[in-house]
Amino acid sequence: MVSPAHYVALSVILFVIGAVGVLVRRNAIVIFMCVELMLNAVNLAFVAFARMHGNLDGQVIAFFVMVVAAAEVVVGLAILTSIFRTRRSASVDDASLLKY
Amino acid sequence: MNHPVLLAAGAAATTQAIAFWVLAIVAVAAALGMVLARRAVHCAVLLALVMLTLAVLYAMQGAPFLAFVQVIVYTGAVLMLFLFVLMIVGVTSADSVVETIRGQRLAAGVAGIGLLVLLSLIIGQAAIGPAATTGPNFGSSNVGGIAALIFTRYVFPFEVTSALLITAALGAMVLAHRERTSPRPTQRDLSIRRVSGGRPAPLPGPGTYARHNAVDMPALLPDGSPARLSVSPVLAGRDESDAVLAGRAEAAAVLAGRAEAAAALAGRAEPGQAIAGAGKAAREEAAAPAGDQAQPPGSESADASDEEERW
Repeated sequence: MVSPAHYVALSVILFVIGAVGVLVRRNAIVIFMCVELMLNAVNLAFVAFARMHGNLDGQVIAFFVMVVAAAEVVVGLAILTSIFRTRRSASVDDASLLKY
Repeated sequence: MNHPVLLAAGAAATTQAIAFWVLAIVAVAAALGMVLARRAVHCAVLLALVMLTLAVLYAMQGAPFLAFVQVIVYTGAVLMLFLFVLMIVGVTSADSVVETIRGQRLAAGVAGIGLLVLLSLIIGQAAIGPAATTGPNFGSSNVGGIAALIFTRYVFPFEVTSALLITAALGAMVLAHRERTSPRPTQRDLSIRRVSGGRPAPLPGPGTYARHNAVDMPALLPDGSPARLSVSPVLAGRDESDAVLAGRAEAAAVLAGRAEAAAALAGRAEPGQAIAGAGKAAREEAAAPAGDQAQPPGSESADASDEEERW
């Protein structure tokens, strides 16, 4: 039997991969995808803990995480398209007007 | 000893273990590929793979509702949104390999390993127990159980969620909206612009050959050189240099049996010979920009020089 600890370990690995992706990548859309990967990893941990405790609260929280992630993606991609429209670039290095 | 029920349970556990390890390896490999792939479209496809494997993992843990929501919301809606934005922003937007902050990749790798060690220590200390006895909530009545929780204990967060979704939809509409700063061009404006723009005729279509009939195959000019205007700038802007286009057009011309066009492309010599009888009038006629393909046959050289001026 695969214990919940296995699922939590997989979730940790996916979360770390997503975090490294956020730090390494320059394309804003890919950074968004890495954030999505981190959210999904956390969802996997929630579902594993729900199974470990034998109640459904973890699954409900995972459901809420999905809703918030969907809203975040919608707003984030709208911001990206408006930035791309004015600056013709999707790289996070080019959006630096407020830097200095 | 070997009771049939126990045997069946053991077989189910083995199946689950095999499924878990296969899916875990696929998910981790796809996630790594997503971080390493240079093109954003490849990242999106690999992320879809990760999300589908996660959906199966949810279903294996007695969460069929979340598995379906994962497929519908994430793979169906969120990733399609990603792909649409990628099509707007440009499929070719590959990451630059230049590090703007020196040593950033190394630092990110070290930070990732540190995070991995930290989280591993935490879950090692956390004493994660075995799965509790799975009741009907993790099987047939999963949807009903989640609905009962959402509409009783979590009813206030659920309502707040609806407000969040409406706010997000409005925000996306406001952010993606573009005010029109100039009046909308009428049909008269458009026709004036077309005539005064130097090219009243439509752009030439892509090449049609015996074995190739794709939009990225350039048409051939009368002297055998590829007509750049016949390929959409979106396609021409991919990783296609002039040489690649010319080479493909030459190969297509050979395949199509247009040996003389290929020879002209290879030699490109004595263009004046072909128009010996054409005279000055044809040159002047060809100097006016017109459709690249619909030229009279005598005006190759003038057309070629005209083409070179423009490019």
